[in-house]
Amino acid sequence: MSSTVKIAWKNVTKRFGSKTVLDRLSLDANEGKSLVIIGGSGTGKSVTIKTALGLIPPDKGHVEIDGRRVRSGDPSDPGLDQIGMLFQSGALFDSLTVWENVAFKLLKARKMKRAEARERAIEALEQVDLEPDVAGRAPRELSGGMLKRASLARAIVTRPAILFFDEPTTGLDPVTADVINRLIVRQVKSLGATAVTITHDMASMRMIADEVAMIEDGRIRWRGGLDGIDSCADPAVCAFVQGRSIDD
Amino acid sequence: MTLFNPVRALGRGVLSLLRSIGAIAIFAGLSLRAVIGPFFLGQFTQQLVRIGFLSLPVVGLTALFTGAALALNIYVGGERFNAESFVPNIVALGIVRELGPVIAALMLAGRVSSGIAAEIGAMRATEQIDALHTLTIDPMRFLVVPRVLAGIVVLPLLVLVADIIGVFGGFLVGITTLEFDPTVYVRNSADILERWDVISGLIKAAVFGFLLTLMGCYHGYYAQGGAQGVGRAATHAVVSAAMLIFAANFILTSMFV
Repeated sequence: MSSTVKIAWKNVTKRFGSKTVLDRLSLDANEGKSLVIIGGSGTGKSVTIKTALGLIPPDKGHVEIDGRRVRSGDPSDPGLDQIGMLFQSGALFDSLTVWENVAFKLLKARKMKRAEARERAIEALEQVDLEPDVAGRAPRELSGGMLKRASLARAIVTRPAILFFDEPTTGLDPVTADVINRLIVRQVKSLGATAVTITHDMASMRMIADEVAMIEDGRIRWRGGLDGIDSCADPAVCAFVQGRSIDD
Repeated sequence: MTLFNPVRALGRGVLSLLRSIGAIAIFAGLSLRAVIGPFFLGQFTQQLVRIGFLSLPVVGLTALFTGAALALNIYVGGERFNAESFVPNIVALGIVRELGPVIAALMLAGRVSSGIAAEIGAMRATEQIDALHTLTIDPMRFLVVPRVLAGIVVLPLLVLVADIIGVFGGFLVGITTLEFDPTVYVRNSADILERWDVISGLIKAAVFGFLLTLMGCYHGYYAQGGAQGVGRAATHAVVSAAMLIFAANFILTSMFV
């Protein structure tokens, strides 16, 4: 059975000064699948996601969501409305309480009434195993793991069709990282969403991924199913997955 | 080779200045464009309080001391050609037309521009501005427009307060130190002022309000490099706001004379 392409990067090139970060990168994320993008630091993983979110305009090529071009720098792009994003830092707004953060899109973009939005926010917090008493706290009062979960609640509260995760386990201890990975898997499955994750964390990749793509020098070095990554013939991929230098 | 270095440095400086002016002009254009569309009233009222109400003590105290010092200086100068009696007139004119708007704007450049740059810069560094975009909220509309509009609305009100307190500062010195009759002092101050003196000061204030909030937003929005970048943005915001206030003051004064 062939999958429908949900997100397509088509020959995307992005340069910052003299450095080419993405070099004619082409990649598809299939509907309902979880694609994990791996690669070393500075290989263009974050830029790849940001081009799909319209945060960074490609110099050449373009990104499509449901066959429609993403308009960079335009928050009213209809593609964005079906996206939930978990940022590496959490990116919760300091000036708001946890529930206001979670319900931000409902309140500000969809003009939902505060009582209803609060209810939806608390539901979302419960889905990521946070107690309702967290709702009234400020983000600075939360631990790293709770902050990630609150941020995940904000990403899923509108039940988006696409979820992006930027280094979801960075800075977390292994136990908390495992909790976050399980939550991500559970939420992606329950929403039936297309997920794109970028990570350095191989345990996270093995838990989350249906498919894996490795970026090197701004291009896709390897693409395949999770089951194929350990048996792949590419020494650079093997070295990266096994966490050793390619020269060893 | 060394001979050409100053020329090269000057050229780079000029190009960098032109680039900055262009970038600020584009940012101002984007802010104005963002005025059309959804308006975040809560953000706007919050900024009215932050920029306006919370700046009252700073602006009031500065105006009081400026008016008092101005009265003393004018008295010393006026005494040299028997013109001491003009102290109330010159204090009132000087405060309302010039010092009230400029002093209030400079104080707000220090207090508000830096604060805005640091706040928005920190939001940039912690991906909160990117988060706004992914939540389908235009960051220009949500962060910049309420601050700039609040600056335009609030600064004339603050300047009005600064004018009154500044003239009062001169009055206090006038009746306690310079032995002016209170009634005469008040009458002379009121007689010299025309409606246009006050209005021109308020127009200046609105322009300064636009400039100082725009500089805070601009430097914060494009802050780079974590905590150091946020600090740099705050410094640049204050310096550029102060320079623009002085330049705009000269242009507006030339127009209003």
